[in-house]
Amino acid sequence: MWRTVPNKTMSTAIALVTALLLAACGTAGPTRPGSSGGPLIWAVEGGAVDVYQDSVQRFNQSHPGKQFELQAFQNDPYKQKLRVAMGAGNPPDVFYGWGGGILDSYAKAGNVHDLAPQLQQDPAWATKFFPNVMESVTFDGKVYGIPMRGMQPVILFYNKELFQQHGVQPPRTWQDLLALIGKFRSAGLTPISLAGASRWTYLMWEEYLVERLGGPQVFHDVLAGKPGSWSHPAFIQANTMIRELVDAGAFGDGFASVSYDTGQQSALLYTGKSPMELMGSWDFSNILESQPDFIKSGKLGFTSFPAIPGGVGDPANVVGNTTNFYSVAEKSPHRADAVEYLKTTVMDDAYVDQLIKVGDVPPVQGIDAKLSHADNSDYLQFVYKLTQNAPNFQLSWDQALPPEQAEALLTNLEQLFLGKSTPAQFSEAMNGTLR
Amino acid sequence: MTGRSGPSLLLLLPAAAFFGVFALAPMGIVAILSFFSWDGLNTPSWTGLDNWARFAQDSVTHQAIWLSIKVMILSWLLQTAVSLLLGAYVAGRQRSRAVLGAVYILPLLLSAAAIGIAWKNLLDPNFGLLGATGDALGLAALKQNWLGDSDLALYTVIFVVGWQFIPFHTLLYQAATRQIPRSLYEAASIDGAGRFRQFVTITLPQLRYTMVTSTTLILVGSLTYFDLVFVMTSGGPGNETRILPLDMYVNGFASYEMGYASAIAVVLVLFGIALSLLLVKLSGFTRMRSQMEGA
Repeated sequence: MWRTVPNKTMSTAIALVTALLLAACGTAGPTRPGSSGGPLIWAVEGGAVDVYQDSVQRFNQSHPGKQFELQAFQNDPYKQKLRVAMGAGNPPDVFYGWGGGILDSYAKAGNVHDLAPQLQQDPAWATKFFPNVMESVTFDGKVYGIPMRGMQPVILFYNKELFQQHGVQPPRTWQDLLALIGKFRSAGLTPISLAGASRWTYLMWEEYLVERLGGPQVFHDVLAGKPGSWSHPAFIQANTMIRELVDAGAFGDGFASVSYDTGQQSALLYTGKSPMELMGSWDFSNILESQPDFIKSGKLGFTSFPAIPGGVGDPANVVGNTTNFYSVAEKSPHRADAVEYLKTTVMDDAYVDQLIKVGDVPPVQGIDAKLSHADNSDYLQFVYKLTQNAPNFQLSWDQALPPEQAEALLTNLEQLFLGKSTPAQFSEAMNGTLR
Repeated sequence: MTGRSGPSLLLLLPAAAFFGVFALAPMGIVAILSFFSWDGLNTPSWTGLDNWARFAQDSVTHQAIWLSIKVMILSWLLQTAVSLLLGAYVAGRQRSRAVLGAVYILPLLLSAAAIGIAWKNLLDPNFGLLGATGDALGLAALKQNWLGDSDLALYTVIFVVGWQFIPFHTLLYQAATRQIPRSLYEAASIDGAGRFRQFVTITLPQLRYTMVTSTTLILVGSLTYFDLVFVMTSGGPGNETRILPLDMYVNGFASYEMGYASAIAVVLVLFGIALSLLLVKLSGFTRMRSQMEGA
């Protein structure tokens, strides 16, 4: 039956199909990500996405002819999508980020616009934000981003009901914490909830211990790539203390398979299985969503990480995700409009009010009054004061470091928590990643 | 007109173009990339054999290779044994078997991500159903840290992967068993062979080529398996379930060391090709003798 079709017709048909196929491959690549052709903003989905959307609409209304478009993505896919767009030299005009090492690498590749000159021209804009937060986007005097969300310091959350039952107070010093661990352990509880399967949860302990013991300079040396900087005594001592915690059963036996993404770490706290957890301030909104009664009945307690007597670091310092930032692409044809949008609309009064409404605490000066009228104002004010008074707000190390060092850090830290490596081995392995 | 029978070679062109663009070309690029250092952002820079030297020394990758081989062998043992028996069983025509057959095939309908999340929650030591059942029945053995214990995690993963794929291989064996001519069994029962004897001397030899197909799929499949492990453990605890594809992913998309990840990818491809060639050769699959009566 094959012979019935004239050969020429067949070849033409096949050539056509092949051409279509190849053409389809060809056009999938270098098209612009936007649909309307106007300036494009990329952000990450989450509780505040309506705030971003509203600000875009307000800007578009007050600036006829400038039609910004916002696209929001899931967190993890977004990071890869942005990187691919950056690698292809084709990023959106405005993009969402976390500051730190990844932003620095985009800036070094010439993809991010330096906002320092514009900030200098407008002192009101420049002084609007907390300086300790702006450090996350400042490299060599150049500023590559503007805060657009709430701050996320790491906080010690505790279950007030369990603390009352056992007649104890939240820990103020490391010794208090150790005593609490012994007490709760003998009561059959897992003293501290820790979602080890997520790995970055381990890092919060390491960051605070090193910060309290050795101060900010210890990690700054690591960031600067100083040879042997992971062997600083603060690391050895912090990691020894971590081993002591694990060996004392502070995190229970099952922490290696507890996962943060499925909400288990917070669940251990509000179901009364664990009296304490160390977590970013966003956990408040998570608990408010999954167990609102726990917060409404006043059972959720929060305090800063305990002081370590004899440590060099200021006990007022905090670690965490400073905030999220909008950055402007260097090669964007809409650069001036993008800067105008950041300056006039992001973090204006309406924007700040809306953020506070969804439980965010923006790194903006002088909003105490706004916070005191909000729902859950005691918590919001606690976060605001904590970060405002912090001489140093250390960006999470996995964000601050370049990606390959961050990955090595999480891997080695996990080995330490699981008892597969010693503090000395940790320092040695990490020194090998410095460059 | 060449006088050859069958369709013109030109008909191959669309498929060949598709395969070339989406399979061969990326493989070639990956092979080239394995000699470069590339973070996905800046221009790749030539580093010669650096990635390969690292591959020869990297103990994490070596462990990943060993884990992959272990997963491959244990998966094969588990999946073949269970699906062969199940397949032969549900091949029977009884109604009860048909119902059971339908139930066994359920996991085939679920996506790997859904299976991963479901099992992760079932096996959770604090809130999981398995642990709760253990508490209720007083069976402490059920209340393990299934995915968090270094000694258990890999076997738990192999079990769940098996749970996902056994239905598919059961289907293969069921279909193949039904193809075996009844006359063989009738002749055997006249000769006085019991059910066990019939299974060993008729069913098993007749399933030979199905077994080769199923084995190839299991071995090559578990060599390149990724999604379920990624969802359930992400390679943890520590590196206890960090199989080679996961090691490649972490190096490529967490550390952004695309050059080194490419080197691992090349090894995976070569290993996979060698494995399927070896299986085809050893099993005599190329000769494809028919075992049907009268052939």
